[in-house]
Amino acid sequence: MSATVNLGMPAVRPQHASPSSTLRGTRGFPDAAREELTDEVLRGNLRHATTTIQAKRAGVVREVRDWQKLRNAGSALKWQVTDHLPELLEQLEESVTAAGGTVHWARDAEEAGEIVTSLAIERGAREILKVKSMATQEIALNETLEHAGIRAIETDLAELIVQLAGDTPSHILVPAIHRNRAQIREIFLASMPDLDPSITDDPAELAGAARRYLREKFLDSPGSVAVSGANFAVADTGTLVVVESEGNGRMCLTLPRTLISVVGIEKVVPSFQDLEVFLQLLPRSSTGERMNPYTTLFTGVREGDGPQEFHLVLLDNGRSAVLEDPDGRSALHCIRCSACLNVCPVYARAGGHAYGSTYPGPIGAILSPQMTGVQDAEDPSATLPYASSLCGACYDVCPVKIDIPAILVHLRAKDVDRRRGTRGEFHGAWDVSMKGASRLMSSPRAYDIAVRSAGTLAKVMPGKNIGTLPHALPIVPGWTDHRDLPKPGPSFRSWWDQHEKQRAAGSASGAGAAPATGGDEQQEDQA
Amino acid sequence: MSTRPAARPVRTPGLSAKEEIMARLRAALDVPRRDAVTEAADVPRDYQRADDRQEVSTDPAKVRDVLAQRIADYRATVHRTTPSQLPAAIAEALDGAGSVIVPPGVPEGWTAQVAATVQVDDGTPGPRELDVIDAVLTGCHTAIAVTGTLVLRSDDLSGRRALTLVPDRHVVVVQADQVVLGVPKGIERMGEDPASPWTLISGPSATSDIELERVEGVHGPRQLHVVLVDPEPEPEPDSPAPDGTSASAPTSQETYR
Repeated sequence: MSATVNLGMPAVRPQHASPSSTLRGTRGFPDAAREELTDEVLRGNLRHATTTIQAKRAGVVREVRDWQKLRNAGSALKWQVTDHLPELLEQLEESVTAAGGTVHWARDAEEAGEIVTSLAIERGAREILKVKSMATQEIALNETLEHAGIRAIETDLAELIVQLAGDTPSHILVPAIHRNRAQIREIFLASMPDLDPSITDDPAELAGAARRYLREKFLDSPGSVAVSGANFAVADTGTLVVVESEGNGRMCLTLPRTLISVVGIEKVVPSFQDLEVFLQLLPRSSTGERMNPYTTLFTGVREGDGPQEFHLVLLDNGRSAVLEDPDGRSALHCIRCSACLNVCPVYARAGGHAYGSTYPGPIGAILSPQMTGVQDAEDPSATLPYASSLCGACYDVCPVKIDIPAILVHLRAKDVDRRRGTRGEFHGAWDVSMKGASRLMSSPRAYDIAVRSAGTLAKVMPGKNIGTLPHALPIVPGWTDHRDLPKPGPSFRSWWDQHEKQRAAGSASGAGAAPATGGDEQQEDQA
Repeated sequence: MSTRPAARPVRTPGLSAKEEIMARLRAALDVPRRDAVTEAADVPRDYQRADDRQEVSTDPAKVRDVLAQRIADYRATVHRTTPSQLPAAIAEALDGAGSVIVPPGVPEGWTAQVAATVQVDDGTPGPRELDVIDAVLTGCHTAIAVTGTLVLRSDDLSGRRALTLVPDRHVVVVQADQVVLGVPKGIERMGEDPASPWTLISGPSATSDIELERVEGVHGPRQLHVVLVDPEPEPEPDSPAPDGTSASAPTSQETYR
């Protein structure tokens, strides 16, 4: 154990996220996806949105000559952060405190919720303004505040749509990606009492409606408390960086008297200068813009400008558990750009809700199960690493080069090991046939006989493929439902025997006859 | 559904939250990564940095052209002008506004031809008061050409943050010597005063939250006017001589088209 743990203290181990976090679905991915896939409107909305943003991203990435070099730098910086996380957090706390901010530490979702709630209550806030933030979504902060009688008002347009519809976000960047303009118009009409019913579903008009609805809140900032997240927290200067588009972030970061930022511990970056890498990588990967409309950088408090009180809540909630796995910990490098969601063929069809977590898509498939931990084979989190075809597109677009496919495979292997170790799984037909194959393959003679007989057997069957195997057959039931199982051809050894025989015969007679082997080879020769 | 309820994360009695998180992280890192630990010096910095040849030696006139084009791409309005024509260009950008507020450090000459009532900010107007003002006129600290970004520091020239946020029209004056080519040079300039509140503005307030269709004008100023001050042109000789300076400059604009 680490020498820093006091003797006599129980050994402190990394901990998974609180069960109250919105990280674990109520059912496995296949069940949830099957249902989502029946929603034609959802699939249409997703297809339109993900193809649009993919094209935009590709266009602005193409014009950056040193893109791959920036990715390399971003990846190395993130490794530097994970390798030195404790020291960088100490440094961040010092810098923020020196700049007039207060730093709080939250082990889990409950602790973070308690800190924010009591800060709000102490300031007499009945309403707080919120900037879109994944961390507060993850810890279900709005629900916690509601229990304490405090209303959280989401100010990001998409979060507002989701909140007004009583819905949950389905995308990291565009939480209402599953809604189209007509649906959004209906949601607004149902929940904004002053809205003129003649409003059309033109996005500009809908955005205008949101502006009017929220502007009063901003200008009066009722409780004078705002809650935000942060994209980056700079260790050497204590600067927090919030990247946004609409200006609701600037409103919340500037106008209220008290600002509380809830930030995952992995968001720390070593130096101010490192922003030159991340502020190039993030906007182009995320919204497909050269730069997002607004980025705010603030350090503690500044007299006469912005909030006069600043609280930083540093959140663990399962991150230490992700860090514990050397092969999975780079999931913490994610800068939440959502490029991997948009290119993922699985996400683009199933949508974000099927993942059951605040973090959907390929990154969610590696992050959520590591944060929640997997309890048993029935755990919905256990299904997420399988929610991928391993096509690799997510790795190609990741601005910090997280090898998502490799981690998916790693998590699948862990899942298989866990299931084999417990509950007596994998002792069915599959295990038996694998054991048989192992015995067969360890004896050259037995193997030779087996494959030779397969070739003979194939000759008596019609066609090129074996049809659907009956389910009663114990070998991999269902495998042939969607796949063609080809008829076995001759084994290499029998082909070689044949070939050698013919060569001997050919050199004797001088006739260069084609080797009369299996039918398939002859067809290939003719082709 | 899971067969048993998930366990609550353990909290160790006697440890503060910070002590416990630190202990968790150190325990997690006891299992090292397979290859070497990454130090700051291991980060490959071979991307185009602030001292990159392109950043240093690209013809400033071309850099300004890139800036103007990139800002226009965001559907902001760009006014190209020269120092002598600046007051007229500002007046044009503020056309139609009845009231204008400026931070205290804005030169008086800037507003010489402005028809509207000009109020100098003394730090007192609250959001409600700012909301009834038609426009705000500020300078900036830096402008990044490649991304079309205006960098505002909270100071007497760019104003406190609320000033450039609440009024519906923002007019920003960019001087030629404030324009840099890439983001790294911009960050380098900001790094000279990192503790100041900074705002990076790239086009007017926008959202893509509805079907990923970009719509300008949500909560921030819905109109962004950029007045870009080019140096006074050289007095032209009688005979049309080829412009030697720009012709010999590296033709790097290709990259940024």
